Amino acid sequence: MATTAIRTPAYGAEYPGEHGGLYSWLATVDHKRIGILYLYTALGFFIFGGLEAVVIRAQLGAPNQHLVSAEFYNQLFTMHGTTMIFLAIMPLSSAFFNFLIPLQIGARDVAFPRLNAFSYWVYLFGGLFITLPIFFAVAPNGGWFGYAPLTTKAYSPGLNIDFWVIGLQILGVSSLAAAFNFLTTIINLRAPGMTLMRMPMFTWMAFVVQVLLVLAFPVITIALVFLLFDRFFGTNFYNTVSAGADPLLWQHLFWIFGHPEVYILVLPAFGLVSEVIPVYSRKPLFGYPVMVYSGILIAVLGFGVWAHHMFAVGMGPIADTFFGLTTMLIAIPTGVKIFNWIATMAQGAVRYTTAMLFGVSLVGLFTIGGISGIMHSSPPADLQQTDTYFIVAHFHYVLFGGSIMGIFAGIYHYFPKITGRMLDEKLGKWHFWLMFIAMNLTFFPMHFSGMLGMPRRIYTYDAGQGWDLYNAMSTIGAMIFPIAMLFFIYNFFKSRRSGEIAGSNPWGAGTLEWSIPSPPPEYNFAKIPTVTTRYPLWEGKEPDHESARINAQEGKTPHELGIIIPYSTMKPLLVAAGLIIMFCGLIWSHVLLAVGAGTLILSLYSWLLSPLEPEHS
Amino acid sequence: MATSVAHTSAPTHHHYTTLGLDSRKVAIWAFIGSECMLFVSLISTYLIYKGRSVIGPFPHESWTDPSTGQVLKPILNIPVTSASTFVLLMSSLFMVLALAAVQNKELPKRTRGERILGNSKLWLFMTALAGTIFLSFQAFEFTSFVHEGLSIRRNLFGSTFFTLTGFHGAHVTAGVLWLVTLLAIDYRRGLGSRDSLLVDICALYWHFVDVVWIVIFTLVYLLR
Ligand code: HEM
Ligand SMILES: [Cu+2]
Repeated sequence: MATTAIRTPAYGAEYPGEHGGLYSWLATVDHKRIGILYLYTALGFFIFGGLEAVVIRAQLGAPNQHLVSAEFYNQLFTMHGTTMIFLAIMPLSSAFFNFLIPLQIGARDVAFPRLNAFSYWVYLFGGLFITLPIFFAVAPNGGWFGYAPLTTKAYSPGLNIDFWVIGLQILGVSSLAAAFNFLTTIINLRAPGMTLMRMPMFTWMAFVVQVLLVLAFPVITIALVFLLFDRFFGTNFYNTVSAGADPLLWQHLFWIFGHPEVYILVLPAFGLVSEVIPVYSRKPLFGYPVMVYSGILIAVLGFGVWAHHMFAVGMGPIADTFFGLTTMLIAIPTGVKIFNWIATMAQGAVRYTTAMLFGVSLVGLFTIGGISGIMHSSPPADLQQTDTYFIVAHFHYVLFGGSIMGIFAGIYHYFPKITGRMLDEKLGKWHFWLMFIAMNLTFFPMHFSGMLGMPRRIYTYDAGQGWDLYNAMSTIGAMIFPIAMLFFIYNFFKSRRSGEIAGSNPWGAGTLEWSIPSPPPEYNFAKIPTVTTRYPLWEGKEPDHESARINAQEGKTPHELGIIIPYSTMKPLLVAAGLIIMFCGLIWSHVLLAVGAGTLILSLYSWLLSPLEPEHS
Repeated sequence: MATSVAHTSAPTHHHYTTLGLDSRKVAIWAFIGSECMLFVSLISTYLIYKGRSVIGPFPHESWTDPSTGQVLKPILNIPVTSASTFVLLMSSLFMVLALAAVQNKELPKRTRGERILGNSKLWLFMTALAGTIFLSFQAFEFTSFVHEGLSIRRNLFGSTFFTLTGFHGAHVTAGVLWLVTLLAIDYRRGLGSRDSLLVDICALYWHFVDVVWIVIFTLVYLLR
């Protein structure tokens, strides 16, 4: 492998990094450590959501099985979807936003370090709030899309949906707070010379995603507020029975959020792969400006396609045509990205490292998902496909083949920067190939079972409908995932302890984050760099070289360099705790509600009135 | 706490920023963008459900209960709400004066008029007071509506109306708390021109909440 540097990792006083006592983690406001917290937590939820899927597939492996009850099956598929989307993929993206954005734009931290810690704690608490009920068999059971009126009290009387509504509301607070923070960071903390069109592609896609979050999350917030009010205060927003409410109100609001949400899930992975592929092809990203514009176009069009999720409800020919056309249009900028990645690899000196394998697999697998997407952009075709396993195949090719493969590409690529050590390539390749085989064996047959009419969300089925073989294949595939993940987990912890020392730039990459030691010191850059080009380490001029020389130095303390580091504080955690207690009070008791609100207000004031960092001297 | 209060004003000029603006100013604009989508969702739902309630009371028309024969009058009281709207609009003027007073704190004040215009405590107080009066009008409006038979559970109109205006009211409440906090800081240690950012972002929020009310007033009260 490309490692030549033989140095000890820069663990130690200057970057408590992953070390340091419990308090140092509870009170951290360092974007890198918060990124690591996000990474571990989200991987935990990813594994949990994966185990739920294994149970789902075990239940569906053969006809007429009764491994779990129908009622519990509903909880399983609801929580699998909710977990993967809100607790795994989004926060895994957040882990990279946290760790990488400041490093890629040459900043010492995000714009609001304490708000950043707050976002993480709200995510953790909200995640537990929505996950723990499954251990008591009262988990949400209305699907990740929570269609009302099905989810109103009249049809879902139990606590299940209460956990879902409140849980998503909590997670929305976390996402929005993080989005304001990253948006401000990217707009306002770029180093001198880091113009918008010099930003690394990951930061660009992160930027687009924050805009999507800022504009799409309020819509689901309101949809959830309506549902919450209906359930707790007896309002009529979704009361179709006696108040004349519109049965499509929820669907519209949900999908106006929901389609931008799928780009929120996949664009960060696109960004990661746009970092990975150039490095292992030893070529700058092909068509950088077009990559930027297509990302922006996807975001804009993404707000105009939502009703392709509603072709079956009978919106009429004009709406169907409009949304069919916009959906076909959005495939164009998406396709442009695919071609640009391929063109980046063309005639490059391609190295098939594990990160590259994951990156290239995204290009192929996402294309398959994109093509099935275009198939159901046509309303008449969609009427055959909607609510069948064909749709399940589609969104797993884009979400697993796209988001998850891209995120793993990012993990293999950036692990050395995060920890200072290399992941084992041999174990990595085992992980990759097992995952790749499992993914295709599980999800490709679903195209067929879907086309043969197998509906989504059924908990068992009769034999002799032509579905048995495909379901057996999917189930075998699903059982391979845990094996693949064992390779990953073993590799992760082994390499953290005894992996090869990485050095600052083990892959020979060209962007700013590779100019500083691995793991980075807590101040990131000893000197805020001056940037003259997109790949300062590849094609930089004298100012880039000088910055890189200064920033490559290890072992300097912030004190020696005269850099001010924000105070550690647990106040963001306390505010987050207050928020959660308040929401719990909605379910359990008004006393909790008051206690939570009190904690929230007091600790918020105490946070806002205390300084972020020591006075400049 | 007195010392820590002093710190909040510490201008962050020792941090380099790309735009040369304080990050809080950038963030408040992002926040306002997001809030726009929040109110767009609320207002659209109100408009979609307009005229679709199966039972009264209605906003602009009277309604006869078929079972009892009781007649419920149109519920919106436009003159009263016009008054509260006027008060809220005036609060925006006070807010502008408060910000100007803080920004020009260090300028010499020669005439009595200059001293009044330069009194940031007065204008912060007036803004908060106008906000509170608006909220009192709203509390009065809500209770009288309930007396006239319109609760949040009554019909689609009740649900959408109370949720929309209630959300706006909650935003005004948050704004009043923010203003009172600034007023407290002003009393404790005096706000000077170096603190103008603190007042500036509050003012942006406050004006935004005002503009939203103008939209709500037009679409809910004036539009039939
Ligand atoms: C080429 C671009 C794409 C097109 C044309 C497309 C089209 C569609 C259409 C028409 C549906 C509705 C099918 C139905 O329910 O009958 C759908 C469902 C879905 N798509 Fe896509 N899609 C595209 C990309 C993506 C991406 C990038 C993601 C996520 C990363 C995604 C995630 C989903 C999900 C999760 C669903 C199912 C939602 C549900 O009902 O639970 N799609 N897609
Ligand atoms: Cu969609």
